[in-house]
Amino acid sequence: MPPATGSAPSAAVRQGVWVGAATGLYGISFGALSVAAGLSVAQTCALSLLMFTGGSQFAFVGVVAAGGTGLSATAGAALLGVRNAFYGLQTSPLLGARGLRRLAAAQLTIDESTAVAVAQDEPGERRRGFWAAGLAVFGFWNAMTLLGALLGDALGDPRRWGLDGAAAAAFLALLWPRLRQRRARAVGALAALVAVLLVPAAPAGVPVLAAAVVAVLVALLRRPRPEGTAGERGGGPA
Amino acid sequence: MTGWLLLACAACFALKLAGYLVPASVLGDARMADAAALVTVALLSALVAVQTVGGGSAGAGEVVLDARLAALVAAAVALLLRAPFVVVVLVGAAVAAGCRALGWG
Repeated sequence: MPPATGSAPSAAVRQGVWVGAATGLYGISFGALSVAAGLSVAQTCALSLLMFTGGSQFAFVGVVAAGGTGLSATAGAALLGVRNAFYGLQTSPLLGARGLRRLAAAQLTIDESTAVAVAQDEPGERRRGFWAAGLAVFGFWNAMTLLGALLGDALGDPRRWGLDGAAAAAFLALLWPRLRQRRARAVGALAALVAVLLVPAAPAGVPVLAAAVVAVLVALLRRPRPEGTAGERGGGPA
Repeated sequence: MTGWLLLACAACFALKLAGYLVPASVLGDARMADAAALVTVALLSALVAVQTVGGGSAGAGEVVLDARLAALVAAAVALLLRAPFVVVVLVGAAVAAGCRALGWG
């Protein structure tokens, strides 16, 4: 979707494709898990195409597998989807998309596309990173979902291949440039700490959201009068 | 279940779209942009933490220290050594897979 500026893909595009491949492979687990939970192949593929946000999808089929109601499955999925609304606040001015393209951008607004976008310093690269990661994850995730739904977990447990380690490493690498700033580093560390403390106490989805709210409130309250230090709209390092 | 499934998909899309419906004038405000950037860093940091030590597929339940933590530490070391992105990702995968091959995590 973004205009190609040269023959070689930019760093942001390469990162996006790698993230897409690593995340997409998990689709095979999702597809297998969803069918095992009792959903049909069509329902499973519909979740990956239409919901397209991994945490929510795993939450939905998790509730179904445990024999929960459709209402609680829907509520669980929505709770895990709340963070995408916050991502949109940052990616929207960045992309400046209108009309159908804006709807496409919204559908592609997930952890991976946002992380690749904010990892870049230059506005054009941020846009290219968002679209590359979003489209790569969408392609891989949906293809692998279908494969997993039809074949079961053909790869075996993806953890055996270290796929979860790859995902954690990728997100850390994408966050890394932002963590150069002391304030962002403090917010990130506080959010991580609060999230871990909340893991045993709160339902899925809540630790990440609550931790982010706490960390940002602390950061904003500690600096009551920001003067000209805030990032420019859609530009500059965040 | 199909009805609930479609409703859940619609709810998730509405949440994604919500951020895009906030007027550009609001998002263009320096304080708002600053806060949105901090929220993103906080969310992704919390996500990394929960994905690394959270138990269960959706990261709920208990704190588990296993191969994922080793992978994250190895990735951080690679980043400190200024390794390129792809190398960092491969180090994370290799350390997690290696730990498990050795019977831990």
